[in-house]
Amino acid sequence: MQLALFLIFGVLCVAGALIFLFQRHPINSALSLVAVMMSLAVIYWTLGAEFLAAAQVIVYSGAIMVLFVFVVMLLNAGEETRTHGSSMAYVAGIPGVAGILALLTYIFLHEREALGAAQLGGHLDGATSNIAELSRVLFTELLLPFEVTSILILVAILGAVVLARKEQ
Amino acid sequence: MTPETIDQIFVLSKGWLLGYVLAALQPIGSAILSVVPVLVVFPLLFAITTVLERKGLGRIQNRYGPNRVGPYGIWQPIADGIKSLTKEDIVPRTADQVVHFLAPLLLVLAAFLAYAVLPIGKNMVITNLNAGLLFFFAVGSMVELAVFMAGWSSRSKYSLLGAMRAVAQMISYEVPLVLASIVVIMASGSLSTVDIVNMQATYTGIWPHWFLFTPWGFAGFILFMVAATAESNRAPFDLPEAESELVAGYHTEYSSMKFAMFYMAEYANMITVACVATLLFFGGASSPFGHLIPAFGGPIVQAILPVLWFVFKVFCFLFLYIWVRATLPRFRYDQLMGFGWKFLLPLAMLNIIATSLVLAFRG
Repeated sequence: MQLALFLIFGVLCVAGALIFLFQRHPINSALSLVAVMMSLAVIYWTLGAEFLAAAQVIVYSGAIMVLFVFVVMLLNAGEETRTHGSSMAYVAGIPGVAGILALLTYIFLHEREALGAAQLGGHLDGATSNIAELSRVLFTELLLPFEVTSILILVAILGAVVLARKEQ
Repeated sequence: MTPETIDQIFVLSKGWLLGYVLAALQPIGSAILSVVPVLVVFPLLFAITTVLERKGLGRIQNRYGPNRVGPYGIWQPIADGIKSLTKEDIVPRTADQVVHFLAPLLLVLAAFLAYAVLPIGKNMVITNLNAGLLFFFAVGSMVELAVFMAGWSSRSKYSLLGAMRAVAQMISYEVPLVLASIVVIMASGSLSTVDIVNMQATYTGIWPHWFLFTPWGFAGFILFMVAATAESNRAPFDLPEAESELVAGYHTEYSSMKFAMFYMAEYANMITVACVATLLFFGGASSPFGHLIPAFGGPIVQAILPVLWFVFKVFCFLFLYIWVRATLPRFRYDQLMGFGWKFLLPLAMLNIIATSLVLAFRG
């Protein structure tokens, strides 16, 4: 069951990413990015991270993608025209990307012991909920990073207000 | 049969049916047996709600409403369904074909996904998720995307304006909606819809422990209902559709079965929100009288009674929606935004602070 879900949504995720790259209209690209985010959420779900999955859908495909779409529409971006660009991109770019991917895959697979594995809530039994554990960590061990992040977001909001304010 | 097993008759009969399925196929069989009744019952509720809405609106506006198809017009939804199915499906030539096709599907999918976490009786829920309530809000954000896809792919200014209004409104009112229900999460200490309902199914004398009867719960309920009305694009917040100025908003360019799907998704969302309000503030399937009235009518009646209570509460909310739609005029756009951000949001936050103070001092 889990394998079937992983296969379906993994393929959907990769397909969405490819469509995202090859689409010429920015809004279609944004919509295919939503497909990627949603499939990722389902994969998180099958790994037992319910909270992460729900947060992924709410934050990424809900808030951030809608923001993307609004920005694209307000900036009035039309369909992109296809340029051939420099031939250097084709000669060096594609083999370069393939090389980096191969290198990373090799390191991750070969040095698995040295890197260590992360537990995605798998060690919790049914009695402790994933959310309770997550909030405990968030408000004890990771309190400082959590609060610093909220201040960062607050600064960003203030910046947006300053930029958007009309000149007196 | 003991009284404990009697009200589990639906759950037990599902287990009995599963006994005839091969062991390897049981997970899939169980999923099908849980999902199919939901997919049958809720469209039926949708059909009933459309008649109720048209008859109710008619009566409030001093006319009869549909009264030609069947006795009192109760077969009207079937006639409407056949009409939608047999009409020609028109897609604008300039429309983005793929997105135009996917939008109504995604919308209906999102509307029905939300039913997965709604317990309509004891042990009667498709999945009891730890993050059940969060799942409901996540699915709600899928609705926004579907609405935007519909409006944008139609390449029509009415559709686009309607979609922009809808998305802006839904994002603005999602914030007070979530904040209003946080009060319930704080009081019950769980995000699971089943736990929230179980918390409320106890009684002091004749008073059930519904969150509605606590001060913060009452304030949260009012805020929740107002935000939920806007979230499901119902009057007086129906600016995205606004038939008198935008023709029909984001689904202007849809016809035939696709239009029917938009219609269905709107009602499905309305029913979902009514269900969630019932679960959060009105104790789900629990009876308002507790053990005050003795068990009557034999085991079958006692088995069906909790489900009936749930459906009754949901229909009370649906009637409230219809009543509000018939009586209140539509908001202006700036009033809508001002109301959401400057009134509902601070009030919801104030409610959270008050609740956390009370809960902290009571230990």
